[in-house]
Amino acid sequence: MCHQTVGLVQGEIERAGIVTASITMLPEITRKVRPPRALAVPFPLGFPLGEPGDPAGHRRVLRRLLEMCQDGEVSTVPRIESFDVDSADPISVSRLPHPTKT
Amino acid sequence: MAKISDLKLTLRAFLMAYRWRKVDPVPHAQLPRPLATCRVALITSAGLVPPGAPPFDPTIKGGDWSYRAIPDDVAVQTLEEHHKSDAFDHRGIEADRNLGLPLDALHALVAAGEIGAAAPRHISLMGSITAPGRLARDTAPRVVEQLRQDGAEVALLVPV
Repeated sequence: MCHQTVGLVQGEIERAGIVTASITMLPEITRKVRPPRALAVPFPLGFPLGEPGDPAGHRRVLRRLLEMCQDGEVSTVPRIESFDVDSADPISVSRLPHPTKT
Repeated sequence: MAKISDLKLTLRAFLMAYRWRKVDPVPHAQLPRPLATCRVALITSAGLVPPGAPPFDPTIKGGDWSYRAIPDDVAVQTLEEHHKSDAFDHRGIEADRNLGLPLDALHALVAAGEIGAAAPRHISLMGSITAPGRLARDTAPRVVEQLRQDGAEVALLVPV
């Protein structure tokens, strides 16, 4: 439901003239709420920026979002782009502490 | 990337039957000036709460639609997570709150001169909202008002 929540709020912010871009891990749902710009990341739910403790990786995701904000397009068509990780390390869930909520 | 077909059966069944809220097309806004001079705010749906602020209420039917302002100078790892969903693995955010609200990365981009500034406040929602009417009616306008007061020209949004 996070993706609908984010998409709805995003639309209202953009309507107010503030440029927005969101991350999505579930483009199937994001397409339904039609946000102006979304970046589909190859990470599982709960890991929108990728690996915990990876500031360089987090910066790469933010940079791509900011690039999308500079499109200068006059449009009402949602733009969903893919974020490709060159060194696509899978998230090392095994290295994380034992779950406290599942 | 996650796919609906990979999710748990109960969640999948819910998502397939759910009537998604209809959204009118949104005209794309334009940056008023170069990104390197723009002020950027972050918005998370991870249910993060600053120390001492009231937690999100997991008992509200349809989902707690309130929001919390998060000061830009908060120590990011002190944020408490109050997201009620079991649809995602909480361990990532428990290990590093930047996964929900990437404040460290945002500040690094400010320091590198790639953006002008971070907004003085960011916004936290608890994304598990199945009845989003109050979110759209009450919370979204207040979020917009805060962003305007803070002079944000860009908002980046992070679901979990």
